[in-house]
Amino acid sequence: MQYDLISLQPVMPEIFMLGAACLVLVVDLFLTQRTRMWTYGLTLATLLGAIALTAWAAGPERQVLFDGSYVRDPVSDVLKIALLTITVFVMVYARDYLLQRGIYRGEFYTLALFASLGMMIMASAGNFLTVYLGLELLALSMYALVAFDRDSVKGSEAAMKYFVLGALASGLLLYGMSMLYGATGTLNLAAMSEVIAAGKAEETVLVFGLVFVVIGIAFKFGAVPFHMWVPDVYDGAPTAVTLFLGSAPKIAAFALAIRLLADGAGGLSAHWSDMLIILAVASLAIGNIVAIAQTNVKRMLAYSTISHVGFIFLGFVAADGRGYGAALFYTVVYALTAAGGFGLLTILSRKGVDAETLDDLKGLNDRSPWLAGMMLLILFSMAGVPPTVGFFAKLFVLDAVVQVDMVWLAIVAVFFSIIGAYYYLRAIKMMYFDKPIDDHPIVASVDSRVAMSVNGLAVLLLGIFPTALLQACRTAFGG
Amino acid sequence: MIALSDYLIVAAILFSISVAGIFLNRKNVLLLLMCVELMLLAVNINFIAFSHFLSDVNGQIFVFFILTVAAAEAAIGLAILVVLFRTRRTINVADLDALKG
Amino acid sequence: MDYILLTIVLAPLAGSLIAGLFRNQVGRAGAHWTTIIGVGISCALSFYVFYQYAFNGAPVHNETVYTWMVVDGLRMEIGFLVDRLTAMMMVVVTFVSLMVHIYTIGYMAHEEGYQRFFSYIALFTFSMLMLVMSNNFLQLFFGWEAVGLVSYLLIGFYVKRETAIFANLKAFLVNRVGDFGFILGIAAVAMYMGTLDYYEAFERAPALANATVVVWGDDAWSLMTLICILLFVGAMGKSAQVPLHVWLPDSMEGPTPISALIHAATMVTAGIFMVARMSPLYELSETALSFVLIIGATTAFFMGLIGIIQNDIKRVVAYSTLSQLGYMIAALGASAYAAGLFHLMTHAFFKALLFLAAGSVIIGMHHDQDIRNMGGMRKYMPITHWTFLIGTLALIGFPGFAGFFSKDAIIEAVHFSRIFGSDYAYWLLLSGVFVTALYSFRLYFIVFHGKGPRHFEPHHDVHDENGDAEAQEHHPVHDEPKPHESPWVVTVPLVLLAIPSVVIGYLAIGPMLFGEYFDGTLTVAPIHATLSEIDFHGAAGFILHGLSGPAVYLAAAGALVAWFVYTRKPNIATDLARRFSWIYRVLDSKYGFDSFNQWFFAGGARQLGKVLWQAGDRAFIDGAVVNGSARSVAWLASVTRYLQTGYLYHYAFAIILGLLGLLSWFVIR
Repeated sequence: MQYDLISLQPVMPEIFMLGAACLVLVVDLFLTQRTRMWTYGLTLATLLGAIALTAWAAGPERQVLFDGSYVRDPVSDVLKIALLTITVFVMVYARDYLLQRGIYRGEFYTLALFASLGMMIMASAGNFLTVYLGLELLALSMYALVAFDRDSVKGSEAAMKYFVLGALASGLLLYGMSMLYGATGTLNLAAMSEVIAAGKAEETVLVFGLVFVVIGIAFKFGAVPFHMWVPDVYDGAPTAVTLFLGSAPKIAAFALAIRLLADGAGGLSAHWSDMLIILAVASLAIGNIVAIAQTNVKRMLAYSTISHVGFIFLGFVAADGRGYGAALFYTVVYALTAAGGFGLLTILSRKGVDAETLDDLKGLNDRSPWLAGMMLLILFSMAGVPPTVGFFAKLFVLDAVVQVDMVWLAIVAVFFSIIGAYYYLRAIKMMYFDKPIDDHPIVASVDSRVAMSVNGLAVLLLGIFPTALLQACRTAFGG
Repeated sequence: MIALSDYLIVAAILFSISVAGIFLNRKNVLLLLMCVELMLLAVNINFIAFSHFLSDVNGQIFVFFILTVAAAEAAIGLAILVVLFRTRRTINVADLDALKG
Repeated sequence: MDYILLTIVLAPLAGSLIAGLFRNQVGRAGAHWTTIIGVGISCALSFYVFYQYAFNGAPVHNETVYTWMVVDGLRMEIGFLVDRLTAMMMVVVTFVSLMVHIYTIGYMAHEEGYQRFFSYIALFTFSMLMLVMSNNFLQLFFGWEAVGLVSYLLIGFYVKRETAIFANLKAFLVNRVGDFGFILGIAAVAMYMGTLDYYEAFERAPALANATVVVWGDDAWSLMTLICILLFVGAMGKSAQVPLHVWLPDSMEGPTPISALIHAATMVTAGIFMVARMSPLYELSETALSFVLIIGATTAFFMGLIGIIQNDIKRVVAYSTLSQLGYMIAALGASAYAAGLFHLMTHAFFKALLFLAAGSVIIGMHHDQDIRNMGGMRKYMPITHWTFLIGTLALIGFPGFAGFFSKDAIIEAVHFSRIFGSDYAYWLLLSGVFVTALYSFRLYFIVFHGKGPRHFEPHHDVHDENGDAEAQEHHPVHDEPKPHESPWVVTVPLVLLAIPSVVIGYLAIGPMLFGEYFDGTLTVAPIHATLSEIDFHGAAGFILHGLSGPAVYLAAAGALVAWFVYTRKPNIATDLARRFSWIYRVLDSKYGFDSFNQWFFAGGARQLGKVLWQAGDRAFIDGAVVNGSARSVAWLASVTRYLQTGYLYHYAFAIILGLLGLLSWFVIR
């Protein structure tokens, strides 16, 4: 097969990303701590360039390269642009935090770029091998990032837990993949879906493998009962890393799920949607309830993540274009709000003081009304209060669930959301009605303030005008 | 002649041993890393067995990749282990309980 | 055209956002400049649009700008419908708003919250434009609620004044009643016509003219009557018609520019605009038209009567507004939509003028509003005096002035109407002319002519301590400086508003009422065509025709009585008040609406609330459900968190348990 530059157009974002990440790695070697701003600049340029290339290569058709290993379709376009955009926000927020902690090193940016590359590969994966490689590239970078603050006791413990459990989960995923491979005789997702549709595979083996695969996905998302790593890792990792870990990889996890479950095992949706119902309800319940007992904001947001994962799974339960579109919308929106929420924590942190407990939010309105306003929007969005976009995210998912006649599931989801609203509103109450405990002025660079404002206003504007994003999410699934 | 099922059973046993090792071991973190490696090897046996009996070379290629990634994974795991030991002076699994709740 | 319309709407919004969000950065001058520029752009472009529609015959513009969402085929959109009706409203809204913006610089010069105030009025202009330019019910509702919101914010602008907060709450609650009907009406439209778009709804309406629905028990109601009356309930709230009028007089607690802009010229006319816009629906239901007519006429007469005995300068004008709104509503009921809109336009100019002139007097009186403390102001405030007089003449319908044409046309149209209640309405409206002239000239004579209790002596600021104490007792404002004419930012808008108050009626009556200005916009069924029965031969002819009717003489009689009673023999008024004290009491208590509401709705609701609170809320809901469930959830949370032990092997074990659970559930079963 002949490859020239034009036929490589769909894969250009990844190629560019790989080259640029290596360039950042090498350039950083020659920089001193004073000139390290270049690494930051180059990283942002790389991410923006990758966004531009993705947009350039985007289109309504489905393109398949490298014998089916790589797929470029509207879904991958939306996913890549979303995850890269979120990563841009993350990089902007993280810089101040890293500088104040004395861990402003080039490795952070290199690892983040490789993690983003891994996520992009997952978004475009066409067979098990690419899925696995993308997943591991993301995971390995993340393990290293969690342990990034070498002197942090909590950080190293979190990294160890994350590493062991992550390795266990990818072992389970691989085991499931091997079973599916054995049952269908192919690693290619499209071919596998045809074999399953033709009924040529042993169903017991398929379902056996499918259970393992679903667990692998559930682990990446952090769904109950495979969620145990989430609070500990979010808590232990440096806030800048938590910020990254809590936002963009959710979009990658969505990619994993959509590629494996919808593209590969679409014929088994009757089985996996039942599994997801169980996981979703458990996640909604545990996430929302345990979050109430938290005093640490990072842990609280970790449990809130778990509950949001429950909602994302509900979108998958419908197993149709409408449901996938709603789940994608929810995931993107969640990643955006999570980036804002954790981003605010990095802004509130000062040299030697991490903003971690709910007390640190107290009286935020007195210290900075604008930041408090942005955080208000973000928390409202997480709680699903109109007119923020979080409301529509929940609405579309519930709509998809109701459309497939699972009203009870929607009621369960709403019930737990109401419980969940409590701890978001409690945080808002603390911001606006309590006296500040820490009245140091908030120091934040201009770029992170701008990013925070864009982030918060995006949550509001997308809520008032949800159509564009929704249309992108729906048309990606042909709906 | 060794049947496919025999390979699968061996792989399943290895897999179970490794999984059991991860949650039964409460002493040394190094053992966890070994269990993870063992788990990947179990998966490799699965892939090779299927590949052979399906006469499809893709499975074996997958195994090469898994081996490579496993090496990288081990490197990162050991690096984290070193960091852990440096900060806590212990690699006892039961001592890793600062983060909970 | 799209961009022009978008600019018209968004320019005030941008001004409002800048003045509101960056109030510390832009400062006081920045706040008024940004909003004035925003509204000014909007006003200029509105005039351009009006020119295109009125003189160049531009085609009706009906475009969707943005599709918000589609739910089961029901499209929720933002769109603009611009035709001659809209163009007229746009001009009225932006022009009056611009005048009020300029005027506010003078009126609010020494007040706190200056930027906030400008931000609100610019936001109001945006909301009102959204309302009038809408092409669908959803956006109409948005604008409807948004103008309401700004109105509440501004009534309660003096947040530290208790009466302002009470008035604010009252306006909010009363409007809830109206809006409840309004949204039910919109829901009925969406449900039975399956669309929120005006034109689609109008197209589908005739097919449903004879449709009936069962609302309660077994009685079948005409669908159209139901929809129209529900929508009109919304209009009754917004346009302050009996019995939902009670909030408007109290809304005078807001600053005067607001009373002019929101509570006289624009927002309160939203109900009239809405009914006129919905004329294709109203024409299908004679019952609804009768309802509208009777409510309007009742408001017009009885609210005017209250105006006679009020002593707060702004309240007199407020009751006059109520009464004039009644005239407009009555015109709609008689299917003389054009006349209602015509009166809306003329009224917007002369009533804004009256309010602003009253505000100018208030500035001169150092924010004292009681007319018993005023008198002889014509000497001190000549411009205010003349403009106020022009406004008054326009209001009472002095031949040739704006109000004359519009009010006469309404009365004539109601005269020709043959629907149920039209005779009742005719006599009330006709007597209303006398009442209008009486209270208007009472106000004029007391404020500008009468002697008043004040003695603005040249040496008034040189007094000894004892004299001062005495003077304080008898003449509480004695030691204040003399009233003086207001600054130019106040008087220029007065003059600019006085011009249309004089000429607009003469210029516009031909095309608007009897020409083809509203052709294709308003729908009038042939049997209801009351306006076309009026004999019209040019504006001058209309004046002559008016001189032969009773209305002009009634107005003259009212003015004469006012002159005689309030300047010649002031004690006649007090005598009459004593002799007919029961009438005075009835009027003074405003027919008891307020006390009834206070007693029945507020008191009753409080009683009911108390019972429910004690029995239901505290014992059951709070005790068992809310606190109980909150306690149990908190307990559950505190227990469940211990599942997260912190031990790696427990976490791994949870994963394995999950694996085994799923395997046994899905594979082995």
